[in-house]
Amino acid sequence: MPLEPAITDIEQLKTNPALAALLDWKRDAIEGAKWDRDEMTIFLERAALRDACRLLRTGSTDFNFLADVTCVDLYPTEPRFEVKYHLLSQSRKERLRLTVRLNSEDANVESLYPLWPACDFFEREVFDLFGVRFLGHPNLIRIMMPDDWVGHPMRKDYPVEGYR
Amino acid sequence: MPTSDFNPTSVHLDPSIALETADDQTMVLNMGPQHPSTHGVLRLVLEIDGETVLKLVPDIGYLHTGIEKTCEAKFYQQVVPMTDRIDYLCPLINNLAYCLAVEKLIGLDVPPRARYMRVLLSELTRIGSHLVWLGTGALDLGAMSVFLYCFREREEILRLFENVSGQRMMTSYFRVGGLALEPPLDFLPRVKAFIDGMNGHIDEYENLLTNNSIWVNRMKGVAHISKEDAIAYGLSGASARGSGVDWDIRRDMPYCSYEEFEFKVPVKQEGDVYARYLCRIAEMRESVKIIQQAIGKVGACGNGPIKADSPKIILPDREKMKTQMEALIYHFKIVTEGFAVPAGEVYVPVESPRGEMGYYIVSDGTAKPYRVHMRSPSYANLQALPKMCVGRMLADVVAAIGSIDIVLGEIDR
Repeated sequence: MPLEPAITDIEQLKTNPALAALLDWKRDAIEGAKWDRDEMTIFLERAALRDACRLLRTGSTDFNFLADVTCVDLYPTEPRFEVKYHLLSQSRKERLRLTVRLNSEDANVESLYPLWPACDFFEREVFDLFGVRFLGHPNLIRIMMPDDWVGHPMRKDYPVEGYR
Repeated sequence: MPTSDFNPTSVHLDPSIALETADDQTMVLNMGPQHPSTHGVLRLVLEIDGETVLKLVPDIGYLHTGIEKTCEAKFYQQVVPMTDRIDYLCPLINNLAYCLAVEKLIGLDVPPRARYMRVLLSELTRIGSHLVWLGTGALDLGAMSVFLYCFREREEILRLFENVSGQRMMTSYFRVGGLALEPPLDFLPRVKAFIDGMNGHIDEYENLLTNNSIWVNRMKGVAHISKEDAIAYGLSGASARGSGVDWDIRRDMPYCSYEEFEFKVPVKQEGDVYARYLCRIAEMRESVKIIQQAIGKVGACGNGPIKADSPKIILPDREKMKTQMEALIYHFKIVTEGFAVPAGEVYVPVESPRGEMGYYIVSDGTAKPYRVHMRSPSYANLQALPKMCVGRMLADVVAAIGSIDIVLGEIDR
């Protein structure tokens, strides 16, 4: 199966139910969308994340399961961090990736803990390894690294080898 | 959706604080990280009142080796052996998830014989992993002999892995684009001989356990979690199916030709340890069915190719290298420079013995992955442990840990 180029035009992707639901709700909150390799990605404005997820979870889109939260560090470009949320609708058998872009000077985003308690560990891991803060998380402490560790190891400006 | 009685503060507690806040009535107990029932290096900080668990906090990270970070410094093909070491009880399924993700990034098709071999070996891995779960879980609850029965069969599965890949545990047998080696001639007959006897062996375990009143009393009604909570906490795999979540990626979003196989997905509604036990036992029987079908399908492919025809990505045969200049050049280039993968991002989930094992890979167009993230099922499943155990007896914690079947290598990565 040869690769097809990614579709990034929102008008062409309107038939996607998740994107359609979000467009109906708040057009301004959507920074972009991408259909690539049979996977849907929606780029969301940071402030709209929690409300958008609540809509996607409870509405007809029925994304009931939060599979994963992770982050990509695009150092040295800005916005530096892309926090990725992988949602799954078990009834409609569809997956969706939400992306929130964050600048390095205020790398924080609303926690999704009130919607999915599964976020507890996922967000703590992103906080520990990338230094992204999740506002409203009840227990945002390090999870992988020791409590007294300095720095966030998964950042791109953190070396792979050598001593601290 | 969290149920109404969900209260975040009741189940979460900073482990360092917990040691100081105990009053006269309660006691703080450290379980692990060397406790034998924690299946690795899980540390639990428990606050107990008598024998009742008031608070439970999992403390993880003792096995954190930074595999995700290491992957960023390796070529795509060099990451495969790292994936074995994440979940050492199902190395092949981790290989599979990684290879499928890279193949999706490249847009590479794998020949049918390799796909069926992948299914066959994945299901063997699943049985092997469930045998370890059953054996160690039973050992935790005092049923020692089951452990010996389970490891007898697991040993045979490891011999099959050795037969096909040269390694018992860290197989790295699935490679990007296909399989590492041609399976030996006696492989399929050996799998068939083993798998034909497997249902009888599962009957043996069930005779020892399923209606054993001690076993049932330790499990029934213990560590209950509702369907809503299971979904909210990100539970997947047999742990979720024991709570009535009818979801299996192999059936619902098939990958690697699983759509061509017939099998059932066992689901139980009770949501307790016993339901999860029954689900996994039934899953082993389904895996036996899948393997029997896969033997036929692999056999029908004859001597078909086991690697995709893509010389820039897949290492050439040794024989070709000795006779063909191009093969030698490609070999040299792949080994020294790796192969470039088109820029993009993919998330590929597979059904591991523990649940949804997802690989999220970002490529920036070079020969090294920009980001590799593993969504490990144990990591999410462990979060539900406080929900299952708080308010119950201390001895039930052991049963609960066994029932969610965690592997700490996968949690800490």
